Amino acid sequence: MKKTDVIIIGAGPVGLFAVHQLGIKGLKAVVIDNLDKAGGQCIELYPDKPIYDIPAVPECTGEQLTSRLIEQIKPFNTEIFLNERVDEVKQEKNNWIVKTNNKNQFIAPNILIAGGVGSFEPRKISLKEAEKLEGRSVFYAVKNKEQFKDKKISIFGGGDSALDWALELSKFSTVTLIHRRNDFRGAQHTLSELRKLEKEGKVSIKTSCQIESLDNEKELKSINVKFDDGKTEKIKTDVILGFFGLIMKLGPIAEWGLNMDKKTIEVNSENFETNKKGIFAAGDICSYPGKLKLILSGFHEVALASVECFKRARPNENYRFEFTTSSKTIKNRLGKK
Amino acid sequence: MPKIIYKDYQGSSKTIEVESGLSVMEGAIQNEIPGIDADCGGSMACATCHVYVDDKWFEKIPKAEDSENDMIDMAFEPKKNSRLSCQIIVNDELDGLEVTTPEKQT
Repeated sequence: MKKTDVIIIGAGPVGLFAVHQLGIKGLKAVVIDNLDKAGGQCIELYPDKPIYDIPAVPECTGEQLTSRLIEQIKPFNTEIFLNERVDEVKQEKNNWIVKTNNKNQFIAPNILIAGGVGSFEPRKISLKEAEKLEGRSVFYAVKNKEQFKDKKISIFGGGDSALDWALELSKFSTVTLIHRRNDFRGAQHTLSELRKLEKEGKVSIKTSCQIESLDNEKELKSINVKFDDGKTEKIKTDVILGFFGLIMKLGPIAEWGLNMDKKTIEVNSENFETNKKGIFAAGDICSYPGKLKLILSGFHEVALASVECFKRARPNENYRFEFTTSSKTIKNRLGKK
Repeated sequence: MPKIIYKDYQGSSKTIEVESGLSVMEGAIQNEIPGIDADCGGSMACATCHVYVDDKWFEKIPKAEDSENDMIDMAFEPKKNSRLSCQIIVNDELDGLEVTTPEKQT
């Protein structure tokens, strides 16, 4: 079990900046996130889209904001546990114990939930049969491409994942790429390569259609797609790969006994503590009168929450408010002279 | 004030007066219309305010931008008349607009 001062759930901009606000106060933190990289919605939903309302940064993309935050928290050498979802939270005297789906355990007097709208999970095909076949012939990610060799594969989606895997798997399998509309949002050069393969008869592309049903006798045999004009088509398929993007699910957070308002966690706006002492929430996931879901609001929220975290983690010390510009202690913590 | 008709997938409907300038999503959230979650708050960063626009209205509202269509790809069971309700801004010309919420948003 790892011991720390604050367990931060969520590595989005607010979770990352929390590391900074805690770090300059001398507190150690760990960060846990279900995605495979830090940045949260900024990196997952709009890495290339501009943001115009970060104070003193007239314009930056989601990716730039993330990489700058990561640079800003470098001095604190904080461990970020990616691809891990917090499943369980329980109290032990004045501490909280957190368990992840990866069997990691942490203990700290404080938990800071900066979980946005929850964890990202792949959107799945809503057919019941598809649910039954998940992990056998229906997949939402490619972990080992060898398992898809010499198969008849139907790939769904219009983004980069769908296009990239269609191209890659077409090298050794029969690929049908299926998308609900004619426009693909993935990289156009990948699409033109695929269109070329389509002309050569090596890849099949079906657009303006969606999955309607599966033919399944023990194993998946074929799928039926329905076109916008009402026509249907049967496509021989051993494997379905769905890349419908990610959806955000609140997940286990709802079961931790916190006061919730719809999908958000109620906090006070003085220190952003929830109804549980030592559990804080900041960023999009918290709610209080007047809450705005802005990144800058999240920054403010973690600054205030970090003060209460300090008091709980260092009960025998007095908190002293300091400026980064003038405090020697903070400069040391930042590795500046 | 323009009236917006929110139907659910089972056919029951609610008519709500929504102030011009608000989005169809905001009208739903303020009046607690079930079936519109709007997790991202209207920044086109999720697809949980997804609605089907009644066919006779679909052509009358301003067309979706590419980025909206990209996001609709990630919605639950998108159709040809799918829109994100956060991107439909109410005005007098949309008086009587009918939208249907999908069976679920996620």
